[in-house]
Amino acid sequence: MSYTLEGRTGTWEIVCGLEVHAQVTSQSKLFSGAATAFGASPNSQVSFIDAGFPGMLPVINQECVAQAVRTGLGLNAEIHLWSRFDRKNYFYADLPQGYQISQFAHPIVGTGTVEITLADGSTKPIGITRLHLEQDAGKSLHDQHPQKSFIDLNRSGVALMEIVSEADIRSPEEAGAYLTKLRQILRYLGTCDGNMDEGSMRADVNVSVRRAGEPYRTRCEVKNVNSIRFVMQAVEAEARRQIEVWEEGGEVQQETRLFDTGRGVTRSMRSKEDAHDYRYFPDPDLPPLVLDAAWVESLKAALPELPDARRARYAAMGLSPYDAHVLTLEKETAAFFEAVAQGRDAKTVANWVTGDFFAALNRTGHDIGSSPVGAAGLAELLDLIADKTINGKIAKDVLALMFETGEGATAIVDARGLRQVVDTGAIEAAIEAVMAANAGKVAEYRSGKDKLFGFFVGQVMKAMQGKGNPALVNDVLKQKLG
Amino acid sequence: MHPTDFTLRGAIDALSEGIISSVELTSAHLDAIAKLNPRLNAYISVTGEQALAQARASDARRAEGTAGPLDGVPLAIKDLFCTAGTRTTAGSRILGNFTPPYESTVSANLLRDGAVFLGKANLDEFAMGSSNTTSAFGPVENPWSRRNDPETRLVPGGSSGGSAAAVAARLALGATATDTGGSIRQPAAFCGIAGIKPTYGRCSRFGIVAFASSLDQAGPVARTVEDCAILLRSMAGFDPKDSTSADVPVPDFGAACARGVKGLRIGVPKEYRLDGTPPEIAALWEQGLAWLRAQGAETVEISLPHTQYALPTYYIVAPAEASSNLARYDGVRFGLRVTEPGSDLKDLYERTRAEGFGAEVRRRILIGTYVLSAGYYDAYYLKAQKIRALIKRDFDEAFRTVDAIVTPATPSAAFGMDEKQDDPVKMYLNDVFTVTANLAGLPGLAVPAGLDGQGLPLGLQVIGRAFDEETVFAVGAAIEHAADFTALPALRAGI
Repeated sequence: MSYTLEGRTGTWEIVCGLEVHAQVTSQSKLFSGAATAFGASPNSQVSFIDAGFPGMLPVINQECVAQAVRTGLGLNAEIHLWSRFDRKNYFYADLPQGYQISQFAHPIVGTGTVEITLADGSTKPIGITRLHLEQDAGKSLHDQHPQKSFIDLNRSGVALMEIVSEADIRSPEEAGAYLTKLRQILRYLGTCDGNMDEGSMRADVNVSVRRAGEPYRTRCEVKNVNSIRFVMQAVEAEARRQIEVWEEGGEVQQETRLFDTGRGVTRSMRSKEDAHDYRYFPDPDLPPLVLDAAWVESLKAALPELPDARRARYAAMGLSPYDAHVLTLEKETAAFFEAVAQGRDAKTVANWVTGDFFAALNRTGHDIGSSPVGAAGLAELLDLIADKTINGKIAKDVLALMFETGEGATAIVDARGLRQVVDTGAIEAAIEAVMAANAGKVAEYRSGKDKLFGFFVGQVMKAMQGKGNPALVNDVLKQKLG
Repeated sequence: MHPTDFTLRGAIDALSEGIISSVELTSAHLDAIAKLNPRLNAYISVTGEQALAQARASDARRAEGTAGPLDGVPLAIKDLFCTAGTRTTAGSRILGNFTPPYESTVSANLLRDGAVFLGKANLDEFAMGSSNTTSAFGPVENPWSRRNDPETRLVPGGSSGGSAAAVAARLALGATATDTGGSIRQPAAFCGIAGIKPTYGRCSRFGIVAFASSLDQAGPVARTVEDCAILLRSMAGFDPKDSTSADVPVPDFGAACARGVKGLRIGVPKEYRLDGTPPEIAALWEQGLAWLRAQGAETVEISLPHTQYALPTYYIVAPAEASSNLARYDGVRFGLRVTEPGSDLKDLYERTRAEGFGAEVRRRILIGTYVLSAGYYDAYYLKAQKIRALIKRDFDEAFRTVDAIVTPATPSAAFGMDEKQDDPVKMYLNDVFTVTANLAGLPGLAVPAGLDGQGLPLGLQVIGRAFDEETVFAVGAAIEHAADFTALPALRAGI
């Protein structure tokens, strides 16, 4: 069922495309040697190039180019071996050169696709129009002084990838799924950290509405939305606003809007008439960017496994589609899973990771990076189950203790005497004691009340402080009860 | 002989033979500057103390036997080159008291080789002009004057007018200059000295205040072709800080001056025979070709069919790039800031740029903004780029059959300071013979070849293949040798 919105006069479809600005993960800026770390004190990561000083010239950072190419490859996109930088001219206090160096006419990456997965399990391809490299501007701080604006140029010149999608998105859910998937791919590739709250990734949302079967109507652009949730809200809010305009006999005007996160509505920023004339022209300080096909191939060969491929591989290992999905959402989770699963039963490992391990992370407020129990620690625990040192039930308690104390599984098991009992003599003794104490129940069982078997297992395990080997307990109990 | 009368080559020899010290040489130039600069205005800043300190250090290096190729040689630096710790103005008010904390690559190369910097030479504002009358620091006067009209003060040409006037008047042994449409060659010709705009990419643009990035190129002016060759060898070289800098070896340009022209084919472009060219210039051109033939070269007529479009093309491309390059002068981070209490950002921009830029710079920013605007881009900028490619192709074709091209350097001799000032288009025509080399990125050398009827110097231009400055120097030196140009300007040091 496709997603639609009901207006007063009928049903409307949303048409949406996203322009995502993703900060390139790199040591230094796109055209200068200045550093790019987040959170440094204002104006501490600024070279004379970033500050637009007289006589300064840009020199392309090859690592940023490699990151853009990797991203293009990860988006199944065409890599342009010839691309060019243009100047986008406008005046603003946080734009030191008076122009932004961008790729307007000839981007480094052309058309590609991203496959999104929706809540109902269905998938849908979203087209990528292009990806280009550009410089970020600085930051204007208007709230530091009653009369003055302050400028922080730390971001000035930082490399961004602008990733433009086709207008293939038809619902807020699809917009969210697209952004989630895009971020997942970028993180897998290591080309953008995807931290939207640090501004490393932000989206301009293009929205229009139409009746089924109609051509596109006028669109509006909602600028600089900085979380996936807000993007989804902005798509819906802007679509509803446009439906209202159309239904009241008005006409949607092409304009740039902002999303008011507090009120959940979009408001006008500037109309088409006020749009800048950016006077794009090729940057004469930079020769065209020419890539060597063999170099692109070498980047392709060195690409990490991407989420779709990894999910398919996990499914082939016998994991459920849900486990495969959850374990591949974050690269770190997948790496953790694989480290534990190395030489162990994948399905058992998946159950433990997505079950008790995730639950323990949640309970203790950790993520996989800060977990007190690492892959080796969990593996040690699972090995204790596999070699029958402990049983599964005890293992759950041991995992909890590992999170609590930071101690290893074996140490906990030894210190607390949790090794399961595999000595049939000891098991027989415990069973005989339980049978002697519950002679009535034994008689009932023997007269056909099979369900009581579980009761005996419970009693025996209790008597053994949970340490009995469940299989042995079962076997011996069956013998004794006859 | 007065110390300022040395050629640069002669000074290097005298220094190495111990005939003179760098301190003596530098002091003589500083004295001459003190005497003549108030009249000529060739220097915006004179860095006397620094120059003497550099000279003392040079003499010490020479005593230790570690002197570099230019050690102790006093030079003028066009005030478009950023010099660490010395105010750099670009001839504009808008830079205020801007003192760069960094050194341009070209000036750093000269310092590496031991040069002494006397000061910063005057220029047209942001290198935009052909008369050095647009400088915010006042016009430069040409040390030459008309025989029959010695009272009329003449322009030195532009934009490197301060550099050329300083070298001609013996206020420096040589100078750095830059050339976007003729700004080295035209003032060199007007002042009776030599100057070369090398191939685009030969000298780094890092640290040079940008005018039009795809055309700007640094080069030297000096009193002889060989002096230019010696300076260029130090100035040139690949620089990873300039993406348009060429990673090619720098040959011994000085040695090339002695190669001779025997067997060379010299192209004579018929499109450069313009209506209205003074007969003296046409005659000098013929004379120059005859000198080359006499030394064993062959001269052949060639065609550069798109020549007539070069000037309009230049006056679209250069202002377009300038309008963008000069956007950074906004009063926010450095230089002049003009603001009133309560004024907003737009007001700051408008006041700063209106007061900071002179009329010619404002005119070119407006032209450049216009030709890049939506709706005009294709008709102007894009078309200009296409014609630029055709002009380059014309030269490529010509250089299949000739080794160098010889033309007049300018369509006239130096003119009066009050002439041509009310008609920018007439002023732009000064560049008619020189802009083509910028558009095609080729090396062009101006060499003094004779005097006009008023006793003013006239120059010829030698254009060569990309990165073949050696042939250009060889041809220039041959013309210089035959011309035996010994005339001297009225205003000069040592008299």
